[in-house]
Amino acid sequence: MSMTCWETIQAYGLRSIGIGENLLPRSDFTLCQQFTLIGSGMIWNLYFGILALAGGFFLANAIALARTARNPLIRKPADWFVFVFRGSPLFIQFFLAYEALVLLPKGGVDILGIHLNTAWTTRAWAGALLVLFLNTAAYSAEIFHGALKSIPKGDLEAAEAYGLTGWKKFIRIEWPTMLRLGWPAYTNEAIFLFHATTLVFFSGFPAFQQKGDALYYANYFADKTFNPFIPYPIVAFYFILLTLAVTYFYGLVNRRLNRHLPANTRSRIRLRPNLIR
Amino acid sequence: MFEFCADPKAIEGLTWAVCYLTSAKHVLFYWSFLTVLLLLAITAPAALAMGFVGATAARSHIAPVSWLGKLYIWMVRGVPDIIFFLFFVIALDQIIEYGKSLMVCENHAWPWQGLEFRVCPEAKVPLARSSAFWHQAYGFMLAVVTFAIVFGAFVANVIYGAMNAVPRAQLETAEAYGMSRAQVFRRILIPQMWIYALPGLGNLWMILIKATPLLFLLGVKDIVYYARELGGSKTQAYEYPHGDWRLWYFMALMVFYLLFTRISEIGISRLTRRLSHGQATAGGEALRRAGA
Repeated sequence: MSMTCWETIQAYGLRSIGIGENLLPRSDFTLCQQFTLIGSGMIWNLYFGILALAGGFFLANAIALARTARNPLIRKPADWFVFVFRGSPLFIQFFLAYEALVLLPKGGVDILGIHLNTAWTTRAWAGALLVLFLNTAAYSAEIFHGALKSIPKGDLEAAEAYGLTGWKKFIRIEWPTMLRLGWPAYTNEAIFLFHATTLVFFSGFPAFQQKGDALYYANYFADKTFNPFIPYPIVAFYFILLTLAVTYFYGLVNRRLNRHLPANTRSRIRLRPNLIR
Repeated sequence: MFEFCADPKAIEGLTWAVCYLTSAKHVLFYWSFLTVLLLLAITAPAALAMGFVGATAARSHIAPVSWLGKLYIWMVRGVPDIIFFLFFVIALDQIIEYGKSLMVCENHAWPWQGLEFRVCPEAKVPLARSSAFWHQAYGFMLAVVTFAIVFGAFVANVIYGAMNAVPRAQLETAEAYGMSRAQVFRRILIPQMWIYALPGLGNLWMILIKATPLLFLLGVKDIVYYARELGGSKTQAYEYPHGDWRLWYFMALMVFYLLFTRISEIGISRLTRRLSHGQATAGGEALRRAGA
């Protein structure tokens, strides 16, 4: 029984989220099957990457601000948060989070009479997302904190000369300048975060009912066929496309942030080598 | 290890803890920290060498050599490194065995047949009859080579940038003194580029430290392997029964990594200070002012 490529796409295109054929192919692996299933797995990489970045952005702003606070009760916890998440491997963070979440009582907890179910926290879609969210928040906070410190003194003095103080000065001058200065580095952070999503199913969090990410399926094919030369280049191909898409999208935002500057002083985005955390 | 540990079921409290933490398996766990340090000690210079070759190739005036160097640097940029790790560990092993099979096997059939990779038993590396030690050592060697290839590309990118950052005037001065191209490269470019490469290399060192748990994925019995083994809950059938303690073992690993990266950070900032002496950079200028 051989399927045409279109039938394969219909059967396995959404396999990673549990829609379509339940049984994974076990023999006669075609190129089409490998492309389809690995592509299907990319849904998880996109899910983790987009949600973690979207949430992490806000937390990163809050933490970057907290690190500039004079009150040590606000500043110290923010410093420690960044230190812990940037100083330890993401791999260990995943393991640690999984073990900690498993220890939550199985039947759920009762807080003030409200029953909270906890079983879902050990699933990758929730637990791993939480870790990635906190991790990217820490790395981005470091970038934004650095950008906040390198705002030109003259800009701030000019703002004060115009009578801008406090919140108004922050929201109109400091925050946009911080974003503009930090954006090239933040673009790299976004790319690495997408790359880091491949670690989820290789650390602690099991792939429930063989619903995994792109690398999970590539690894499945490499294990079954004893041939790493096909599935890994396929997943690499998908990630190059993703990297290009992220660079393009963040480039658009960068253009908007720099739109008031003369063309020769704009900060350009340069792709730097990817970093493992 | 100690005499009073002979019957673990009969002891309790502090004595139990001492006996537990010095059990044979725990000693292996402590040794596995050395495995991590050994990996770093071998990989860092190897990656530096790979990176140096890559950067020099990318700067070459011979087009194909320069393309090769740039392809090597570019290759590792757009793709998650863990893919390279998983790929190289199998691919290198198969390439080595295929190469050996061409020499030692009589039958030179294409080894990727259907759903297996088949070479004659004499071509297996290490041979099936080799001791467990050689299997471990071979696995570790593959991991080291993989780390060196991937991190070599990162280093190549940093060094390539640093070589381009050395002020052009310094190189022109050297040329004006009549130095040949090789002499300029050896006497001026290489000594001068380090200060520009150091921030990037320091960053890479931290990343390399944080990449070491991936040894576990490559099948080496590293600290993550033992933390999972030892931490898992043990029934009464074991000498030291306990519940699921993996959380605490991973906490210990976390503290180890935090200390390691913190100490490295301090070391790198000291090194930067030393290398900044007399350099035409902002850091060098600050040191000059402070001294004056």
